[in-house]
Amino acid sequence: MARMKFICDAERCIECNGCVTACKNEHEVPWGVNRRRVITLNDGIPGEKSISVACMHCSDAPCMAVCPVSCFYRTDEGVVLHDKDVCIGCGYCSYACPFGAPQFPSQGTFGVRGKMDKCTFCAGGPEDNGSQAEFEKYGRNRLAEGKLPACAEMCSTKALIAGDGDVVADIFRNRVLKRGKGAELWGWQSAYGANSGKTPAQSAVK
Amino acid sequence: MKIYISIALTSLALLTACGEKPQSLGGVKSDAAPHTGVGASQYAVPGWKAGDKTAWEQQLRSRSQGQNDYSRAN
Repeated sequence: MARMKFICDAERCIECNGCVTACKNEHEVPWGVNRRRVITLNDGIPGEKSISVACMHCSDAPCMAVCPVSCFYRTDEGVVLHDKDVCIGCGYCSYACPFGAPQFPSQGTFGVRGKMDKCTFCAGGPEDNGSQAEFEKYGRNRLAEGKLPACAEMCSTKALIAGDGDVVADIFRNRVLKRGKGAELWGWQSAYGANSGKTPAQSAVK
Repeated sequence: MKIYISIALTSLALLTACGEKPQSLGGVKSDAAPHTGVGASQYAVPGWKAGDKTAWEQQLRSRSQGQNDYSRAN
């Protein structure tokens, strides 16, 4: 199996925020924390584009590089996760991340920052798979249940697709070939590297 | 004599209180691979056996095709 990846097809995203809602509901994410959000470019202007953004589980994750306590780890499936028992909530990762993925719940006096929270690709965390402790800290572990991330599975237009990198790239490549446009993949090069070869769509449009 | 002993015990207690506690982190806990499953959970989908990595990969691959509306429509 290749690495787990997200693809957001800006030609299809209708800014319904179904992915955001699915994520918040699935993991019971606290108020003020959005692991996923929808960004609209040129809002209100004809031709506006929307994209759903969360942690992209980068190949060479900047958050991992800057973390002073090394709370991040990468699974065999390429999912970037972190241990909240090690995180000190310093916020370095939020400065390093090009996608604004790390979130910090403001709770307690003086708006003190809590432990960092981010998209887990619905893969939970370092607690026992499917345990209550894992759910409370990281949310559901859908991968261990044999499912894919809730945001992608809930997407009504299938703009957001998630799963094995080869499979999702094939799905997107086929789309671009059929419609003959919309080959741009936002965030792909940033997350998976400029040297990772052509994006799925670039290899489709020759 | 008793005074010496009490001074020694008090000093020992004070020095212990002022001693430095180890602050080293335990490191990241190890995480079980997702193909090991979630045990007997009502949320686990059927069609693959927990612990079988190949079956889990096949399950995810086939589930990914649910996102491919060209294959669903045709």
